Amino acid sequence: MSGYFSDVAALARKDLRLELRARDTLPAMLLFVLSTLVVFHFALPSESGDQAAYGLLWVALVFTALLGLGRAWVPEQEEGALDGLVLAPCDRSAIWLGKSLATLAFLVAAEAVALPAFALLFAALDLAAIAGVALASIGICTVGSLVAAMAAASRGREVILPLLFLPLAIPLVVGGVGSSVSADPGTYLAFLGLYDAVFAILSWAAFEYVVTE
Amino acid sequence: MAETVVLRADGLEKRYGARRVLRGLSFSLERGETAVVTGANGSGKTSLLRLLVGLAAPSGGALSVASPRGRIGFLGHEPLVYRELTALENLDLFGRLYRVGERRERIGMLLERFGLWDARNERVGEYSRGMSQRLALCRTLLHDPDLLVLDEPHTALDTEGAALVDAELATLSGERTIVVATHEPQRLSALATTTIALGR
Repeated sequence: MSGYFSDVAALARKDLRLELRARDTLPAMLLFVLSTLVVFHFALPSESGDQAAYGLLWVALVFTALLGLGRAWVPEQEEGALDGLVLAPCDRSAIWLGKSLATLAFLVAAEAVALPAFALLFAALDLAAIAGVALASIGICTVGSLVAAMAAASRGREVILPLLFLPLAIPLVVGGVGSSVSADPGTYLAFLGLYDAVFAILSWAAFEYVVTE
Repeated sequence: MAETVVLRADGLEKRYGARRVLRGLSFSLERGETAVVTGANGSGKTSLLRLLVGLAAPSGGALSVASPRGRIGFLGHEPLVYRELTALENLDLFGRLYRVGERRERIGMLLERFGLWDARNERVGEYSRGMSQRLALCRTLLHDPDLLVLDEPHTALDTEGAALVDAELATLSGERTIVVATHEPQRLSALATTTIALGR
């Protein structure tokens, strides 16, 4: 088991190193989420209230994640590196978990900028809303890394990724918005936790079939 | 499968949609044998090699490979490494995944042997095609595989690099099972124990 987690750590570290060197993903995510929030700030009528703003926060977060997921497997496609990983004797789910952790790190970094910007432009976020963002981010990255790998293996991944990912992200948006606006956020947080657990197990088990013919 | 038989294909087929690239291919290879795969462009050489290493699944027939995944070394058309990492970082990553013992020493020895030591800290994206091929050979040999599957190993190499490949194959033949797809079968005629000729 320690071998499995050392493989996951090596693969996630590789993704962080690639990003530090190429700076392909994180700057784009940061610019996108900030510019989206600024546009929403001017687009939303002043009498709309906070509830509409919380909804727009989730639109910004989901599409920011989509931007990151669209680039997640690009380094593996260049020079056939994914084949190199698939041939290695490590458990193939370690490839998925390493990618999910790296994608989560990028998304959390984008959220660390987006949430204060949201509080500044729209409304304050309480602890339940932040917990909702944290739980939804885990779900976004686990299921997103799997469907991004499926999309990357097909032609027209720019079209296929949103088609696969957005329907699967709807429960996360429901849970995330619910944890921000509901009087009983615990139910929504529990729902997000359940989603994370179920989809993490499904993605972990399914990844082998995504990367092999 | 007898213990010494490493590879056995029986009526192997591969189709991509309606296009059939391999049809009824049968052969077997024992430990220590060297097979040369020949054929025109599009005859299915690369498809056959991807089947042998498990990167593709047969559409029909049977294929048995006695070597486990971690004991196979595959050299493909692409180097199967990361462009934004250096040669050293790439080999270190794959060395970890393959659980290579004395990893640093093994990596250093391979980089020296294939003339990449001085370029070990350069990003692979800055490498020439020939240097990438040399790095791909280092990655293929990193874990000292029992079964080597090489797709046109001389591609993009200069005379010195091609001679290095020939010398490496001569050293390994007899000890390892080797399958090489090539357009230059005469280069390997002294080593080949079997020829698999593919037709369109």
